[in-house]
Amino acid sequence: MSKLLLEMKDITKTFSSIKALDNVNLTVRSGEIHALVGENGAGKSTLMNVLSGIYPYGTYSGDIIFDSNLCHFKEIKDSEKLGIVIIHQELALIPYLSIAENVFLGNEQAKTGVIDWNETTTRTNELLSLVGLHESPNTLITNIGVGKQQLVEIARALAKDVKLLILDEPTAALNDEESNKLLELLTDLKAKGITSILISHKLNEVEKVSDRITVIRDGRTIETLEKGKDQITEDRIIKGMVGRDMSHRFPHREPKIGDTILEVIDWNVTHPIHDRKVINNVNLKVRSGEIIGLAGLMGAGRTELAMSIFGRSYGSKITGTIKLKGKPVELSSVSKAIESGIAYVTEDRKNYGLVLIDNIKNNITMANLRKVSKNSVVGEHDENVVAEDFRKKFNIKSSSIMQKAGNLSGGNQQKVVLSKWIFTDPDVLILDEPTRGIDVGAKYEIYTIINQLADSGKSIVVISSEMPELLGLCDRIYVVNEGEIAGELPRSEATQESIMKCIMNHAKGTA
Amino acid sequence: MTNFKSFIKNNIRQYAMALALVVIMVLFQIMTGGILFKPLNITNLILQNSYVLILGIGMLLVILTGNVDLSVGSVAAFIGAISAIFMVQMHMPVVIAVVLCLVIGALVGAWQGFWIAYIRIPAFIVTLAGMLVFRGLTMVLLKGQTISPYEESFQAMANGFFLSDVFKVGGLNMIAVITGIILSLVFIFLEYKNIQSMKKYNFETLPLPITIGKTAVIVAAINLLTVSLAAYKGIPIVLILIVALIAIYTFITQKTIAGRHIYALGGNEKAAKLSGIKTKRVMFWVYVNMGLLAALAGLVVAGRLNAATPKAGTNFELDAIAACFIGGASASGGIGTIIGAIIGALVMGVLNNGMSIMGVGIDWQQAIKGLVLLAAVAFDVYTKSKSNAD
Repeated sequence: MSKLLLEMKDITKTFSSIKALDNVNLTVRSGEIHALVGENGAGKSTLMNVLSGIYPYGTYSGDIIFDSNLCHFKEIKDSEKLGIVIIHQELALIPYLSIAENVFLGNEQAKTGVIDWNETTTRTNELLSLVGLHESPNTLITNIGVGKQQLVEIARALAKDVKLLILDEPTAALNDEESNKLLELLTDLKAKGITSILISHKLNEVEKVSDRITVIRDGRTIETLEKGKDQITEDRIIKGMVGRDMSHRFPHREPKIGDTILEVIDWNVTHPIHDRKVINNVNLKVRSGEIIGLAGLMGAGRTELAMSIFGRSYGSKITGTIKLKGKPVELSSVSKAIESGIAYVTEDRKNYGLVLIDNIKNNITMANLRKVSKNSVVGEHDENVVAEDFRKKFNIKSSSIMQKAGNLSGGNQQKVVLSKWIFTDPDVLILDEPTRGIDVGAKYEIYTIINQLADSGKSIVVISSEMPELLGLCDRIYVVNEGEIAGELPRSEATQESIMKCIMNHAKGTA
Repeated sequence: MTNFKSFIKNNIRQYAMALALVVIMVLFQIMTGGILFKPLNITNLILQNSYVLILGIGMLLVILTGNVDLSVGSVAAFIGAISAIFMVQMHMPVVIAVVLCLVIGALVGAWQGFWIAYIRIPAFIVTLAGMLVFRGLTMVLLKGQTISPYEESFQAMANGFFLSDVFKVGGLNMIAVITGIILSLVFIFLEYKNIQSMKKYNFETLPLPITIGKTAVIVAAINLLTVSLAAYKGIPIVLILIVALIAIYTFITQKTIAGRHIYALGGNEKAAKLSGIKTKRVMFWVYVNMGLLAALAGLVVAGRLNAATPKAGTNFELDAIAACFIGGASASGGIGTIIGAIIGALVMGVLNNGMSIMGVGIDWQQAIKGLVLLAAVAFDVYTKSKSNAD
């Protein structure tokens, strides 16, 4: 058995009399990938914040032993000095600085305050090849994708002589291919002696790469599973996380499919800035009561397709026809799209879905204020009834409808966004990554809502980077690749393999 | 008791500035030896600050969208100059001239709103340009001279009183007194209705004693104001104008779709846009409205000075912006109320007036006002970070 690198003993942390962590124990062995799993709010982030010194020594009780030394971190710098680096879910890169500048930000290669650019560039190149990123160090962060940005963050951690790398939901914004690359990198780093803690909701990834898994629930350590010793399966982990068996991750539904509602014909979209086709001759249709999925890799053009249909909120030089219930319609603005019965639930609820500083009620009625108004005056009574109704129906955990949206957890925020769009009474709901960053329990609730909507005769389009989600929800799946429809698979034929095959074949065809 | 504590904690930001205003008033009442609350001075206070109150209302909407308007002082001067040309030089009838001036103000706002909303030039730059352009045009129109005098009916808008000599009892203008009583009753009624509807939806209501206390303070304030106005010449016409503006704009911001759209735009423009809100159009009309109110302020200032001067309205934009921020508006948009801006304007007005009475020089007045602005916003930031930490 290898030696212990980190030991966190009986960590207890309270926030105004609520115990966020209750005697949590975590041991990480040198040179392992240790996964930390638990539902949102279980205390994973709090534990990591204690470890990194964001909550300084004295604000919690218990001991942290790192590399056989008892540690009292007062700030993040103290823990970084020892080689503990956290990469947060929201990347902390500066968009208009270069890769090299970001890698050495706060750790500049300088002599007496003057930056040595040659040294910086050379070392950045070394680090980039280490993480397998083939980009010039002078490229601006804003010009590379999220997957590559994640690699820059790791390079940055390596530049600090990291011993323990903590990744908080590193693959949340990545597609399957990018995620695989990142996980491979973690395994490579492990071979080089770097220990990592991986926090993730994606249990298939956890199952794949981690040597040991610690499950946290309600601020307590439930168990630590070890590869080889314990049987590790997704269902086994979920059982630990939610404290009950979840034999069905997707609620059952009998599809009742009717007539075609939305039909998109020969749809073409050009990038708003570069003169490049993003969507090329796409044809698709959705019937009432049907859930269809758009599968594809990140950057395949699924979000762009959805947003261009939703009142041309993305792209330029859009050509093609949209038919609703058989009649061609002109959806030239978002408000026209809403009036025609289309709703689009964004993949980025914090930036595009909610007014975080405003309350639940105002967020829910925002897209359809007219429904609760008379002569442009908002009827407070009607509005309160509507908001309270959604709060109860969807179990939005909150003190009242007057609570700020920004103070809700991810799953509850997503329920507010869903309420907002359901309140516009759409015939077609396009859901872009409806469960991103949401814990298992809340996911199930969201799936249930989606199924109910389909049962009530609405047409649902789901965009998701998690293939099991598409397979579990959809009646039919369109595979999108490089802005084109690469294939259409009915439920009976759709598997992870058949979808990937579709993408690969299409990629070969276009190359 | 815990109820009371949590009330203080949850509402400290909302009421802190109102309390600060009361404290400042009492302080100056003592330091000026009782001059501050004399009927003559109360009336002066309102007349002197009418322009900030008017501009503050328009500026609040601008700040709600997350922008500022630096041009309002220059626009006020510009409209003042035009009004002088219309009324003093061309002898146009007052009503027509006023309407024309307001239309021109709205057009000025539309000009700036066009660049900001549709061409997407930052508002700071557009209105900085506007500040220079309209100050320059003011001097062009006036040829560097002061134009005066205006007709009396025009001056009355800024300096006059409502039915000053009609119904007097014991030296008191009864119209003002009765207005105060009616307003008190209206306020009590509205407060009662509000509480009833809050209860209906199980919202957290204030404990009864606090509600009664709050209502009593406001009713007392209304009647103190009207009685002291009555003891001088009655209700200033410009006060009627301002109260009407406050009522209209509070209604617009709190109760209408348009108001909700302004808050949503300022809170998160991208989310607002994807919710079908025509964000460009909202932004455009906010600036049109600002132009209109800047024109109104320009007319009031011209009427009060009884002259159009090239230097009129200097630094008005700063007073208006400061009023909004003192009143709790957020510089990043989406947060703020009309009442807050009014309280902010009054805080500054009382500071000006009180210090002037005490003989504090304009130099120190500026410095102190600056510190008050900083302190108010620092307090706001502090309480916000504290409530977030919990």
